[in-house]
Amino acid sequence: MNTREKIARRAEKEIESGFYVNLGIGIPTMVANYISDNKQVVLQSENGLLGIGPFPEESEVDPDLINAGKETVTAISGASYFDSAESFGMIRGGHIDIAILGGMEVSENGDLANWMIPGKMIKGMGGAMDLVHGAKKIIVIMDHVNKAGESKILKECKLPLTGKGVVQRIITDRAVMDVTENGLVLVETAEGFTAEDIQNCTEAKLSVSDSLKLYAY
Amino acid sequence: MKPLLDSAREAVKDIQDGATLLVGGFGLVGIPENLILALEEKGVKDLTVISNNCGVDDWGLGLLLKNKQIKKMIGSYVGENKEFERQVLAGELEVELIPQGTLAERIRAGGAGIPAFFTPAGVGTPVAEGKETRMFGGKEYLMELGLTADFSLVRAAKGDKAGNLIFNKTARNFNPMIAAAGKVTIAEVEELVEIGELDPDAIHTPGVYVQRMIVGKQEKRIERLTVKQG
Repeated sequence: MNTREKIARRAEKEIESGFYVNLGIGIPTMVANYISDNKQVVLQSENGLLGIGPFPEESEVDPDLINAGKETVTAISGASYFDSAESFGMIRGGHIDIAILGGMEVSENGDLANWMIPGKMIKGMGGAMDLVHGAKKIIVIMDHVNKAGESKILKECKLPLTGKGVVQRIITDRAVMDVTENGLVLVETAEGFTAEDIQNCTEAKLSVSDSLKLYAY
Repeated sequence: MKPLLDSAREAVKDIQDGATLLVGGFGLVGIPENLILALEEKGVKDLTVISNNCGVDDWGLGLLLKNKQIKKMIGSYVGENKEFERQVLAGELEVELIPQGTLAERIRAGGAGIPAFFTPAGVGTPVAEGKETRMFGGKEYLMELGLTADFSLVRAAKGDKAGNLIFNKTARNFNPMIAAAGKVTIAEVEELVEIGELDPDAIHTPGVYVQRMIVGKQEKRIERLTVKQG
């Protein structure tokens, strides 16, 4: 199993039956592939669809039906379409149970940076800044360290923020951490990592949960 | 009855240099293809364009970008377009990036006569710079202003001759709010029907918002074709 798949499979466990879920672009989109058949889950797409279905057969491709990543999709039975203002009303209004988003950096107080590298990348924030203030629970999934091997979980974010104090849980290829009033709490480690290993590759200070699950995924 | 024009060229005839335009669509879905092509042909310049995205390099609003017709772009995500990045880094194009929900609500507010509103999106980020903030229930919010434009260009799947519009699936996106926020709204419809043929209960945009119409055949280019594996 590659690390992206490992992260996506672990993130799936955060989704409960009956949830309305928004998945960000990238690894978060992959989470949909692992949602257990026992769960009734409705996926929201911020471009105006509640009830994203699987990718279409070639013969059923509809150019007017895409997800927020601009991929052609289908709609499930019982889906609804709406405009962008309604879509973000639904998000901001707290009607979405969980949003799973990608991240470049997360700080120990739950600040998230995932939209901009100054001087390098001009893409825009899309719906991320609205989502982080709307969904009932915000989970960030990402690699624990960047390509240079440096921690992406920091005392303070260096990149421009997407939202301040918005993240509740971080899931990486190595660990699961909760953002609490007392800072980051390590709640699970992935196979092959001890609590000490995780602290050694994390810039932010971690406290270890009394109910820490070692090698949980 | 709304004026039905024979060509997209005629529909955009009075759009002048320096105009502000609201343009419907999310990615390439729901964009008024023929009205954009007519603007490219007309060569009108120094436009301020408000739209969620800016097309791709060779289609949609990307055509106006390539032709250096856009002075300022206001949107939420422009990552599909290399020419966009080049022009911004070279200082040839002004850009204002807005959270997508804020953009949608600013346009909705503009069309609904609401000058400003408060939203949590962007608090503590570069988006908040220079903006008024206020606390409600112990939480901080940003004041954002309603947006309007000289012209709004939208695309609908169906329209009747009274200007009532129905959109298809996720091609609805920003189109209904944009239709309401333009001083002059030009609707490009795929299919035009007689008054009375549309179910009044099924109409997404009431005709009051539409000033003129054209019928336009769409290419509907797909940005990311994804199909079931195996």
